[in-house]
Amino acid sequence: MSTVEGADTPKWNLRLYTAGQSPKSLAALANLKRVCEEHLAGRYSIEVVDLLKNPRLAKDDQIVAIPTLVRKLPQPLRRIVGDLSDTERTLVGLQLKERK
Amino acid sequence: MKMERPAEARALPKAPTGIQGLDEITGGGLPKGRPTLVCGGPGCGKTLLAAEFLIRGATQFDEPGALISFEETSEELAQNVRSLGFDMDALIEQKKLAVDYVRIEPTEIEEVGEYDLEGLMVRIAHAIDSVGAKRIVLDTIEALFGGFTNQALLRSELRRLFRFLKDKGVTAVITGERGDGSLTRQGLEEYVSDCVILLDHRVTEQVSTRRLRVVKYRGSTHGTNEYPFLIDERGISVLPVTGVALDHAVSNERVSSGVPRLDAMLGGKGYYRGSSVLVSGTAGTGKTSLAAHFAHETAKNGERVLYLAFEESPKQLLRNMRSIGIDLDPYVKKDLIRLDASRPTLFGLEMHLVRIHKLVSEFKPALVIVDPISNLVASGTELETQSMLLRLVDFLKAQQVTAFFTNLTSGGSAWEKTDVGISSLIDTWLLLRDIESAGERNRGLYVLKSRGMKHSNQIREFIITAEGIQLEDVYVGPEGVLTGSMRAAQEAREAAAAQERRQASARRQRELERKRAALEAQIAALQAEFATTKEEAKVLAEQEKEHEAGVAAQRAATAKRRGADNEKGIRNK
Repeated sequence: MSTVEGADTPKWNLRLYTAGQSPKSLAALANLKRVCEEHLAGRYSIEVVDLLKNPRLAKDDQIVAIPTLVRKLPQPLRRIVGDLSDTERTLVGLQLKERK
Repeated sequence: MKMERPAEARALPKAPTGIQGLDEITGGGLPKGRPTLVCGGPGCGKTLLAAEFLIRGATQFDEPGALISFEETSEELAQNVRSLGFDMDALIEQKKLAVDYVRIEPTEIEEVGEYDLEGLMVRIAHAIDSVGAKRIVLDTIEALFGGFTNQALLRSELRRLFRFLKDKGVTAVITGERGDGSLTRQGLEEYVSDCVILLDHRVTEQVSTRRLRVVKYRGSTHGTNEYPFLIDERGISVLPVTGVALDHAVSNERVSSGVPRLDAMLGGKGYYRGSSVLVSGTAGTGKTSLAAHFAHETAKNGERVLYLAFEESPKQLLRNMRSIGIDLDPYVKKDLIRLDASRPTLFGLEMHLVRIHKLVSEFKPALVIVDPISNLVASGTELETQSMLLRLVDFLKAQQVTAFFTNLTSGGSAWEKTDVGISSLIDTWLLLRDIESAGERNRGLYVLKSRGMKHSNQIREFIITAEGIQLEDVYVGPEGVLTGSMRAAQEAREAAAAQERRQASARRQRELERKRAALEAQIAALQAEFATTKEEAKVLAEQEKEHEAGVAAQRAATAKRRGADNEKGIRNK
């Protein structure tokens, strides 16, 4: 994880909810890391929450589908469900790209 | 697969709901360890039924529950069930209930690639495990269809979810919104095939009634009718008509009607305690007065009376009864008589029934008066009214509460017919009728039937005086049945005739007395004459004897003097 000094660059706080080491979860994490490195290099943090280990957290963040990516920061909160295999739509979902 | 024997099939384990009446319909509750679908239109009470199932499970049957809500937050739910008298927060604190609000906001969710609903499964499993739930409610899982676009995935995940619930062995209630032409919009009945309950909320003639029907119940017999149900501050009560068996205890105790002559007509003792009494008659025949008498008498004996007035306000009723010398005021103040006035159309019949149930269980009266039942027809159909009254009569009998109904029969209809057709439920039926003659209208009362007692077959004239009701014998004679002033006139005529007869007879008696005295005098005279004659005869005989003796002596003296002998003398010498 890397951070870049600078007041104008907000920090991205991302949380990925998974349930064990399912292929979908692993794919999602890999896809997420790739997208972040490309577009948010140095100003993001990813937290992976395994619901099988912490089922209580599913309630707190209103998780229904797995995997779910939650953009905690910057506001507003965004959710993307799925394995993030479509980079284009992932970027739209994270509001890193305008919806076409 | 091996076929189960019928006996085993009947013994399908069930989870009692604790909801009044529902367990009777389902023969013991919902299928244990299996999902049940509760469906119906908006506002039909699905969520409340499900919540009550959970709460009663936790409080009455020691079965903790989990509530997964997709529509309402925990706070909203707690508030909603608090209105039914349940404290959800306390149950959550005691670890008897777990509530999880699953919020699905379609606008917040972006779908990118493949996913599944493992998150939901984890939450459900967590909710179940955190309290050791035996029961679970999913209200309503259809919300998922609004949040996610991949229908095929949703359906396969739902199937997985229900299998998971069955494996967990929890009794589940899944609610679903009713769809067009199908039980639920999303075809949930496809997944939940063990038991389906349909709720309905219908408005007929501006009066709404809730109804419940068990559409299917695999492996169990169940009531198939539509049963009305109510939601009030004590939760849901379903009212199965057939659920009430005819096995209530009976009392041999008799209670006075408050009218001594009427008691005399009813085998001399009045009504049976816990029986149902019906008074029917046309307008103004004195039904309410009769009811007030009974109420007064019952309260006088220190027992409670619940008076349900559907026609008059309590104040009006009290005033009117005071005018005929029945003062109910003191008993109302002492809370021995409770007057409950409401317009029949204020609620549906079912609501009326439940209100009566509630009042009876709270107030515990010995007598319930419904005045009049005929007005209830206004809030339902005739058939509904009949079934409602049937249940009311059954309920009151089961409680050993005497029921007194008045029924307004419309002019022209048959006397021996109640508009609501409940005559067969009634133990004692009094009929009040008008008798019109000589330009006046008088009231007649007779006992049409009275089960279990020797009752009078006589018509009595029913007079409402300032001192209450009085019953008089009607005049039955060669002039026919006479009442009112005709009866009075006839009685006066008869009295005059009797007086005349008495005078004539006295006259005749005096005459005979005179005649007898005359005869006696005659007899005395004759007897005197007889005695005189007898005396004379005796004197005559004695004179004759003396005379003869005299003659003989004379002759003897003469013979002696002549010295003549006679045969006697010669022979004697």
